[in-house]
Amino acid sequence: MTHETIFAGFGGQGILFAGKVIAYAGMLEGKNVSHLPSYGPEMRGGTANCSVIVSDEDVASPIITEPANLVVMNGPSLDKFENAVIPGGKIFIDSALINRKCERDDADVFEIPATQMANDMGLPKLANMIMVGKLIKETQMFTWEQLKGAVTKLVPAAKAAMLDSNIKALEAGYNY
Amino acid sequence: MGNKVLMKGNEALAEAAIRAGCRHFFGYPITPQTEVSAYMAKKMPKIGGTFLQAESEVSAINMVYGAGGAGVRVMTSSSSPGISLKQEGISYIAGADVPCVIVNIVRGGPGLGGIQPAQSDYFQATKGGGHGDYHLVVLAPSSIQEMVDLTADAFDIGDKYRCPVMIMGDGMLGQMMEPVEFKDTDVSDLPEKEWATSGTGMKRKKNIINSLFIEASELEDLVLERQQRYDEIIKNEVRYEAIDTEGADIILVAYGTTARIAKTAMAKAKELGYKVGIIRPITLWPFPFEAFEKALSSGTKKTFLSVEMSMGQMVEDVRLAVNGRADVEFFGRTGGIVPTPKEILAKIVEIGGAK
Amino acid sequence: MEKVFKRPHALSDVSFHYCPGCPHGIVHRLVAEVIDELGIEGDTIGVAPVGCSVFAYNYFECDMQEAAHGRAPAVATGIKRALPDKVVFTYQGDGDLAAIGTAETVHVAARGENVTTIFINNAIYGMTGGQMAPTTLAGQVTQTSPYGRDIKTQGNPIRVSEMLATLDGPAYIERVTVDTVPHIKQAKAAIKKAFQMQLDGKGFSLVEVVSTCPTNWGMSPQESFEWMRENMLPHYPLGVYKDITKEEN
Repeated sequence: MTHETIFAGFGGQGILFAGKVIAYAGMLEGKNVSHLPSYGPEMRGGTANCSVIVSDEDVASPIITEPANLVVMNGPSLDKFENAVIPGGKIFIDSALINRKCERDDADVFEIPATQMANDMGLPKLANMIMVGKLIKETQMFTWEQLKGAVTKLVPAAKAAMLDSNIKALEAGYNY
Repeated sequence: MGNKVLMKGNEALAEAAIRAGCRHFFGYPITPQTEVSAYMAKKMPKIGGTFLQAESEVSAINMVYGAGGAGVRVMTSSSSPGISLKQEGISYIAGADVPCVIVNIVRGGPGLGGIQPAQSDYFQATKGGGHGDYHLVVLAPSSIQEMVDLTADAFDIGDKYRCPVMIMGDGMLGQMMEPVEFKDTDVSDLPEKEWATSGTGMKRKKNIINSLFIEASELEDLVLERQQRYDEIIKNEVRYEAIDTEGADIILVAYGTTARIAKTAMAKAKELGYKVGIIRPITLWPFPFEAFEKALSSGTKKTFLSVEMSMGQMVEDVRLAVNGRADVEFFGRTGGIVPTPKEILAKIVEIGGAK
Repeated sequence: MEKVFKRPHALSDVSFHYCPGCPHGIVHRLVAEVIDELGIEGDTIGVAPVGCSVFAYNYFECDMQEAAHGRAPAVATGIKRALPDKVVFTYQGDGDLAAIGTAETVHVAARGENVTTIFINNAIYGMTGGQMAPTTLAGQVTQTSPYGRDIKTQGNPIRVSEMLATLDGPAYIERVTVDTVPHIKQAKAAIKKAFQMQLDGKGFSLVEVVSTCPTNWGMSPQESFEWMRENMLPHYPLGVYKDITKEEN
């Protein structure tokens, strides 16, 4: 089984970290994983994306041209990647920031007002974790316990308060 | 799972160098390798090492020459245009028999080119780059784990044969994250470098680190002596991976990132009934000629397909290795485009005929 | 019989390849005397340039590295960072230091790298047979300025000591010459002070020696010094351009 996911949005939304959580969880489960960020001038325009592969097989190319899963947190990212998703793939949209509808009718589209939810919860920087929670729920890439375990290991012990917030946000997404 | 950590290639490479006893790093920022410098800048002051951002790549490689000559394990890192600037220094370092490690995280060229992954510096790395009769040992990892393991080897090879060693990755290996495990290496007891310019202490005759020899016969003797060391390297240090080459009709030849993709294409081709193997050179110099001898020894008709992120540079070494005994084909993408398994598969089908 | 004048220990017992009347021999000797007097030969690593003094590695008894053209300051930096307790010096001419190696020179000074540079300024490329240098004077005839250096098309001569003295990194910069006994004594004091600055961990030190090239200037040694005094010293005045120990007092 191989899960190929592209995360995309603005710089500062925690796009690369969202991808890292998935890659890290995969590593802890003994899977082969890769995490490839966009880099260079591409990042300077304020957009960021990363490609994350979690697989039982060796990861060949870490570049994903046809993702099974797409997580987008701004309009330009939806424009850029919408048509790349494979038929039957899953598209996760932060509907608080993306006004238009997804035009694909051959993919499962999930609209989550993640940024609004995060603000309402008093966790304005954790919309990314809400999206990750929903992604895991719908793809069953990991169990809830596995996801929680990964984030627990990834957040430094010194920042225990941050850990609680991250888990709250993941939970909100997972149960949305 | 062992002690695996999830790390970016450039950072893992820097950490591996530190663990191999490197305490001196001289660099200059250039995408896509800058994280090597950033990691060194963060770590070196805490462990009593030196990180110095030089005024240019030219200066950085000459600082490497100075520190390497003084006897310490030293490294610099850059990407294609910066490596071009270092060529003068690399030639002097080779000519003065100073060990050091040079990292090239290759991007598309020529000129400023782009910043996406490429393998178009193969000629420069394996056929000279700088002037004169010399070689770099060139190590080409295809995963972050291998990059880490080869970094330790690079320092050992450099010290053993008194030569500069290049680790050649590409933008993808530098930028991506993968799980990696650092093996324990003991560097507390490295052999003393009696040739180093570390001060005579008034206890020995002076050492001179130098590549200038005006007497032609003296220079020839030194080049010949160095060639003997190269022969030892060819004998002892060739590394490659070969999978299913003996029964194959089509043998892919690919290194680094491209080899990963070629392996996926190979698996898909096998599902379609093609007999496909792969040779993955890990040392680009010395080139693994013996892998080709073994593959050719079965006697059946074979076609070699060199897959590269260049317009066909390694394919020349593949032709030398095959030496007319089999067909050699080439497939490459360039400019920072990474080939897909689909494209490579299509080439395999073109060579093997429809099934 | 008591020996009252002998070869310094730090100066190798070999013949120089320099032309008759070339001041390199004097300056080499002064550097070696200073190394002897400071008792640092066993702890010193010298860096030789490309230019007439390219073979300097044969003339000093301490460990030596030969650098590429202009790169001596970078090589010295590498050695010093590897061996911070050792004494590291470069010996460079004007083409090496002020043309092809300008970036390395400015930055070794700006970093305040704790090394010492001996800079020989004779306003010409000697080894390649007398071409224009970055320090060649306006109107001066060389092989590549056969009608005299035209500053409109060939630029102006660089005053290295003054330029580097504008930086915060250098600890000590002095310009000297070696045409007379008093000047030679002054030059030696400057070289000694430069090495002492390094031993005291003060930072970058440079001694510029205004020099001659009888062969390529086409003059006798005596005439060369006279020409130097008349033409070079007005453009390159002797003196201390930076001394942080004075500023400290």
